[in-house]
Amino acid sequence: MAEQTLPLNAGPVVDSGRVPTVVVDDVHVIYRIHKGASGGTTAVSALKRIVSRTKAPNIREVHAVKGVSFTAYEGEAIGLIGSNGSGKSTLLRAIAGLLPPARGAVYTQGQPSLLGVNAALLNDLSGERNVVLGCLAMGMHPDEVKRIAPEIIEFSGINERGDFASLPMRTYSSGMGARLRFAISSAKKHDVLLIDEALATGDRKFRVRSEQRVRELRDSAGTVFLVSHSIGSIRDTCERTIWLESGVLKMDGPTKEVCDAYENQK
Amino acid sequence: MANTAVADPESGLTRAQLAQRYGLRVAGERPALGEYARRLWAYRHFMTAYSRAKVASSLSNTQLGQLWQVLTPLTNAAVYFLIFGLILAQSRSVPNFIAYLCTGVFVFIFTQTAATNGVSAITGNLGLIRALQFPRAALPITVTLVQLQQLLMSMVVLAAIVLITGEPITLRWVLIVPMLLLQTIFNVGLSMVMARLGSKAADLKQVMPFVMRTWLYASGVLYPVALIREHLPSWAANILEWNPPLVFIELARYALLESHQANLISSPLKLWAMGLLWAIVMGVGGFVYFWRGEKEYGRG
Repeated sequence: MAEQTLPLNAGPVVDSGRVPTVVVDDVHVIYRIHKGASGGTTAVSALKRIVSRTKAPNIREVHAVKGVSFTAYEGEAIGLIGSNGSGKSTLLRAIAGLLPPARGAVYTQGQPSLLGVNAALLNDLSGERNVVLGCLAMGMHPDEVKRIAPEIIEFSGINERGDFASLPMRTYSSGMGARLRFAISSAKKHDVLLIDEALATGDRKFRVRSEQRVRELRDSAGTVFLVSHSIGSIRDTCERTIWLESGVLKMDGPTKEVCDAYENQK
Repeated sequence: MANTAVADPESGLTRAQLAQRYGLRVAGERPALGEYARRLWAYRHFMTAYSRAKVASSLSNTQLGQLWQVLTPLTNAAVYFLIFGLILAQSRSVPNFIAYLCTGVFVFIFTQTAATNGVSAITGNLGLIRALQFPRAALPITVTLVQLQQLLMSMVVLAAIVLITGEPITLRWVLIVPMLLLQTIFNVGLSMVMARLGSKAADLKQVMPFVMRTWLYASGVLYPVALIREHLPSWAANILEWNPPLVFIELARYALLESHQANLISSPLKLWAMGLLWAIVMGVGGFVYFWRGEKEYGRG
């Protein structure tokens, strides 16, 4: 651990003019998953478990992030890459404060907002109502919501093929849902915005627009994290990239270097 | 640009010190109770909008739509009247059994649905919880607000039933307002407790129907409350007298039914005291209990 070898309180900070927004300090994340009906779930074995007071066998602990440390600064856009199951999404959830780390700590400025493709809003409600509820859930005032709601629907482009905004969200295609969610989340200025694969969905036109929006958010003094398997969109939007492999930080540096190394190993 | 994997190498601070210097806070930290309550209050617009949306969408794919808000309590009352009023003939010992029964059924269902829907308040909204950070207590409160809107509809039906069955309108009817206020506070606390329990134990949802049915039989809804004193040993009757739904049901009957005044299970003053106590204990206790689990709700 690099920071532990450093002397404590070693003089004043050399002002590099950069304000940290996210400090991840030796974070370990362990979460429990339900394996589902994979055996040992018959009624008899469940009874046996209750009698002998052992833990359910279909719950397994996953050590998804193992001692990751880095500091993110104001105005940075950071890409997170790595193969499937390398702990990228888990790390984002830990930064968002949704999965408490088992060891170590995450320090953030303000409340980071996680924007993921899987995070569905309310499927039975219309797109319009989801916009209003989403904005209220982000803590906006009703007057502000009224003013901003048409812009959000306009930006998401869900009305390009007819009036979809008044239909329930369950009738949307997965791309449309992701676009609307991105539009809602990015309507508010976040100190720290965490994006999980959202730019990979949606058509070419929307991708261009959302990359533009990410740049705007970054310029308004926020920090953006982007998880994606599309190296192209990472190269386009991020100048710094972190490469995770099996929950361990493998490389951290300028996007070009890290992405080249990542692509060469494949 | 230099490799930034090491925390601010120029400064020589540990990461924790660096974070402290710039006023960063631990992610997902649980706010203090007062601060939590203040944030929750700031989300009141969200709660009312969400509960209204839920009510609107709940019946949106039925033919009769919002008419079910009236039909459901009516059907419920009709079924219980058929069994307990006509077949088991409980009505002989109760003057105006229909009004007696309907008051009990409607008031009990308010608490029942707050408990059963509270169980899935967290598990049913994981998408929202994992996407956005807001005080999670907004969710069980929303559950209760949805039920409150349905209850107010039931109360209109109930008023009609009570009048049609020949009860007079008295000044005591006003007391239904404070009674519902106490019950709502109690239900909010109850659904918060159920929400935290339900977020941990998925099995709870399977058990709830049986718990609720037992509670229904213990709440003096379907039979004359006088039977409790007549048939149970006095210690059991004294315990049962404190049963919160029974307290609220008796308060409602006290407010609405002239014919029931002589048969109340406790004196009106004692009923009010018990109702107030339950509202405070459950409301505050449930809120604190829910707040203590605030960090964990995203785990699922």
